[in-house]
Amino acid sequence: MPQKPKVAVWKFASCDGCQLTLLDCEDELLALAGEVEIANFAEASRAIAKGPYDLSLVEGSITTPHDAERIHQIRRASKFLVTIGACATAGGIQALRNFRNVNEFISIVYATPSYIETLSKSTPIAEHVPVDFELRGCPIDKGQLLEVISAFLNGRKPNTPRHSVCIECKRRGVVCVMVAHGTACLGPVTQDGCGVICPGCQRGCYGCFGPKETPNTRSLSGWFGDLGMKEQEIVRVFRTFNAGAEPFRRESEAHEH
Amino acid sequence: MNGEPATTGRQFVIEREHFDQLFELLARKGYRVVGPRIRDGAIVYDQVNSAADLPAGWTEEQEGGKYRLKRREDEALFGYAVGPHSWKKFLHPPNVRLWQAMRKEGSLEVQEEKQEVPKTAFIGARSCELHAIAVQDRVFMNGPYLDTSYRLRRDSVFIVAVNCGCAGGTCFCVSMNTGPKATSGFDLVLTEALEEGRHYFVAESGTETGAAVLAELSQRPAEDREIRSAEEVVARTAGQMGRTMDVSDIKGLLYANYEHPRWDNVAARCLTCGNCTSVCPTCFCTTVEDVTDLSGQKAERWQKWDSCFTMDFSYIHGGSVRSTPKARYRQWMTHKLATWIDQFGTSGCVGCGRCITWCPVAIDITEEVRAIRESDFRRTKRDRHGDTGTDSG
Repeated sequence: MPQKPKVAVWKFASCDGCQLTLLDCEDELLALAGEVEIANFAEASRAIAKGPYDLSLVEGSITTPHDAERIHQIRRASKFLVTIGACATAGGIQALRNFRNVNEFISIVYATPSYIETLSKSTPIAEHVPVDFELRGCPIDKGQLLEVISAFLNGRKPNTPRHSVCIECKRRGVVCVMVAHGTACLGPVTQDGCGVICPGCQRGCYGCFGPKETPNTRSLSGWFGDLGMKEQEIVRVFRTFNAGAEPFRRESEAHEH
Repeated sequence: MNGEPATTGRQFVIEREHFDQLFELLARKGYRVVGPRIRDGAIVYDQVNSAADLPAGWTEEQEGGKYRLKRREDEALFGYAVGPHSWKKFLHPPNVRLWQAMRKEGSLEVQEEKQEVPKTAFIGARSCELHAIAVQDRVFMNGPYLDTSYRLRRDSVFIVAVNCGCAGGTCFCVSMNTGPKATSGFDLVLTEALEEGRHYFVAESGTETGAAVLAELSQRPAEDREIRSAEEVVARTAGQMGRTMDVSDIKGLLYANYEHPRWDNVAARCLTCGNCTSVCPTCFCTTVEDVTDLSGQKAERWQKWDSCFTMDFSYIHGGSVRSTPKARYRQWMTHKLATWIDQFGTSGCVGCGRCITWCPVAIDITEEVRAIRESDFRRTKRDRHGDTGTDSG
């Protein structure tokens, strides 16, 4: 019997929510364990098998000099490296530091700021090493994670479209919250993949899956203004889990006066 | 009943208090009945069990990028225009599994998808929507390749049309010559009349099935006065159109203006979100997704609604053909209004106004046509050359 592919899960600056999505697979977990060898997954087991690894799932952003080194070791030990979640693909919520001077936070938060060694910016993994595939979301979607692993195991391209949340809202017959209720929604500039959780509950999209392909944030912001949103509020809707993603970063900065 | 039902081609009156019979009768005949009902702040199409499920006394206010439910001053059951859904969701569903395959001893065994289509009755289809269904019929059934599953669903439908009693703020069926009076494509057509404490429907059948249904309901032949009232309802609606579109020489206009500066203008506003194509009752494009399970023993092919506003839509080896939003909007609008005519012999637009209302940033197809027409390249060229002669085409 051929050896099963070795899968490793790695953590950088993050909340662990994305790697826990793997454990959340419940029904599919046994099937997955049958197809791959979980070689490194601290949330599930202390047993750690040596590399090299066939597939590395990397969670979290780079925020310390130590992590900036460590990601290179992981890249060297991985044949295929997939980043999972908004932290790993866009710098995460902690990328809010990118808009301010991090030393000021440190001096306020920590009793002994000199103990803290951190970088001025929280950056996605792809800014440090080549990444084979980026899986979006805060947190990632379980179905999409299984799809990416299935695609990897079967040597095919994963079905993780880069189009808007709107496309999926309409497939599901969800009534548009922006048009029918006047609720601000990031769906038209956000990548599909969450299963329209918020619009499905009549809430506006928070943009957890980051910018879609060719996002026209400028036009949408103009409309938010017409809906009565103030400039500072527009800054805030673009500054959440994907604040560091280029189109969202640019849009939030355009409204900061 | 023997021979042709006595109700064929004549107009009858069904009083409001007898209207529930229609739902009971259709259910008895084995139909799943779908129609308008209120959900999440809009009138959507979903299962309805009786007239009590209909949006009695409700209408809507529609503008570019805006839809709000509003109370009417009466208890009209069909006193609204059209909502976010169209009958496309039943006839051309957004997600359809096409086939499955299993790996069996080194070879693949493909399993054809079982087609189980429930008999379905549409309640309240509007004239523009009947035209939209006719457009999709041409696409799926009258071309060189027949879509058998569409055919199956289409053949299982019983359509109760309603002539519009009011027009929405983004309606322009009069411009497109698709309404507001339903003239074909229905089994039964109703006109709802509310006058001096009376609430009734003037009904006419369009098919023998429709006539048979009508014959089983409590009805009586309509009086001239009632027929005139119904005609007035439709005439009034025709005068209420929220939008107009000049479609004269629309093909010539759009084909001559591929490089019009207006395309850059609309591209700056367009979100390429795909909402317009999803709500459009004629847009029919799909993509296919192949999925496998973890073990690689089972594969499935799914057909899903797609949109010409996505990058994947025009992706071929090396990249997307229409990489700019400008190219994608121009493709959509030019196809809808012009190349569609070359392809299918009819316009792809029925003037329902959904793409205007449900565009999150209120892009208005009638406004875009008007802007291009106002500074038509051909005319501005003639103006430049001082040519006042007739259009050479």
